[in-house]
Amino acid sequence: MAQATPRSTVEAAVRPIRKRPKPLPWPLSLYQTYVGKKWVMAITGVIGLLFVAGHMFGNIKMYMGEQEFLHYAEGLRTVAYPIVPEKFLLWVARLGLLGALVLHLHAAFSIWNHNRKVRPVGYQSRRDYIAADWASRTMLWTGPIILLFIAFHLADLTWGVEAVNPDFQSGEVYQNVVASFSRWPVATIYIVANVALGIHIYHGAWSLFQSLGVNNPQINQGRRIFAALFALAIVAGNVSFPLAVLLGIVE
Amino acid sequence: MKFTLKVWRQDGPEAKGRFETYEANNISDEMSFLEVLDVVNEDLIHAGQVPIHFDHDCREGICGSCGMMINGQAHGPQRGTATCQLHMRKFQDGATIVVEPWRAASFPIVRDLVVNRSAFDRIIEAGGFVSVNTGSAVEANTLPVPKQVADAAMDAAQCIGCGACVAACPNGAAQLFTSAKLQHLNLLPQGQAERWERTENMVETMEEYFGTCTNHGECETACPKNISIDFIAYMNRDYIKAKSLNRKLAGQGLE
Ligand code: HEM
Ligand code: SF4
Ligand code: FES
Repeated sequence: MAQATPRSTVEAAVRPIRKRPKPLPWPLSLYQTYVGKKWVMAITGVIGLLFVAGHMFGNIKMYMGEQEFLHYAEGLRTVAYPIVPEKFLLWVARLGLLGALVLHLHAAFSIWNHNRKVRPVGYQSRRDYIAADWASRTMLWTGPIILLFIAFHLADLTWGVEAVNPDFQSGEVYQNVVASFSRWPVATIYIVANVALGIHIYHGAWSLFQSLGVNNPQINQGRRIFAALFALAIVAGNVSFPLAVLLGIVE
Repeated sequence: MKFTLKVWRQDGPEAKGRFETYEANNISDEMSFLEVLDVVNEDLIHAGQVPIHFDHDCREGICGSCGMMINGQAHGPQRGTATCQLHMRKFQDGATIVVEPWRAASFPIVRDLVVNRSAFDRIIEAGGFVSVNTGSAVEANTLPVPKQVADAAMDAAQCIGCGACVAACPNGAAQLFTSAKLQHLNLLPQGQAERWERTENMVETMEEYFGTCTNHGECETACPKNISIDFIAYMNRDYIKAKSLNRKLAGQGLE
């Protein structure tokens, strides 16, 4: 019988899509590979989680009245004072958070940039995902929303940029919050951004255990629950503030 | 049973592919998916046409060559099953089934449903072995291995290198394969001597060819051997250690 199968003449060659990096000295070497970058992402993510948890918890003080809230704001500026200069630890924290944010963003960008090269021809039929959930597949959307929100939030209540918060008065922390959240478009931005943050955390606070290699049958069940509760607590707390102002509970 | 198959046909690596539609009649529900392709190919051959190319060898779920995307899922709808062991009773009679090859830059299509998986071999060559002369087997009690460790190593060793994890992953990452091939050795006493070099070399070779993991967990559901993403976590931990340890002290667990 005739050979029914004409053979293809072109070889399906496999070529690397990335060069293996020349090792830099430790600890920079940790950041040269994507497994290492993901580790940095998880560490900086934990810093972010600690920050948002502390930030949310501190803001609950606004339910205890203007005096308490102002006192709390004052307290942040004078942590460990007079052992260290006033605002010293505040600035240490600010710079640390900025550094963590920059690393987190760079790692995210670099991972995205690598992963977009690995499937030049995509599936031509519909994919049917089983495990990859909505949260895990929108990290690259919720992340930038959070970034934009961070910029807006700083302009609104830290720097008091005229165009964002015209009633801003330096030092009047409580009144600034009330003035800002009384405007419903601003309140909406806060609510939407914090829901995005909650979705980001729902995946991130689970994912970081894998990236750091924290995996033990004793706790594996708890990791998903932890992430869900963490996300829920942050969203519930942070969304309650603009709602409380809009409803006149905080005024 | 009767099925309509929409199968990806591509004449060579550089050729433009297309879906072609075939009817498969008189299919028994006890047939495997590959046997249905055999039936379609019989018809094609009788009609003087080129049969559908697909990879297969053992047809009992151990060689890892029969991977294909079936209705958007690697190895089709049944969990923990390779295409060769997927039976037609899993499908509705009269259904239309779409079949496509794995898609990844490092799994180039050879023809139709056949892809070149030799990038996996590059990862194995980088350290997926134990290079000591073991001689004849030692007396079992000289190398105590806790039961849980032996079980975990055996779970990892089940990987058949089919590539479903890469194919299913939204990032085209090979973390599940690499971690399985790494940890079945790293967990056992015989794997300790080369543990840190192996980890470093296999992970870094993996990154030359594949995407990187963002913990979707999709690979685990696609894997015909139910390899767990726990191994990816172990690999991540071993990699950071491999980069940071004083290897001069690594021999006796002194690190
Ligand atoms: C500033 C904007 C942000 C962007 C653009 C961003 C982006 C990302 C991206 C793309 C991922 C990776 C997802 C993946 O690979 O699966 C990620 C992971 C993560 N993010 Fe963010 N993120 C941002 C802010 C934050 C903040 C404020 C937090 C703190 C709550 C945070 C916590 C985390 C955590 C914990 C992870 C998981 C790390 C891991 O899987 O190892 N992110 N982020
Ligand atoms: S880990 Fe599972 S899906 Fe990946 S190559 Fe091995 S057997 Fe196939
Ligand atoms: S043909 Fe060997 S695993 Fe399917």
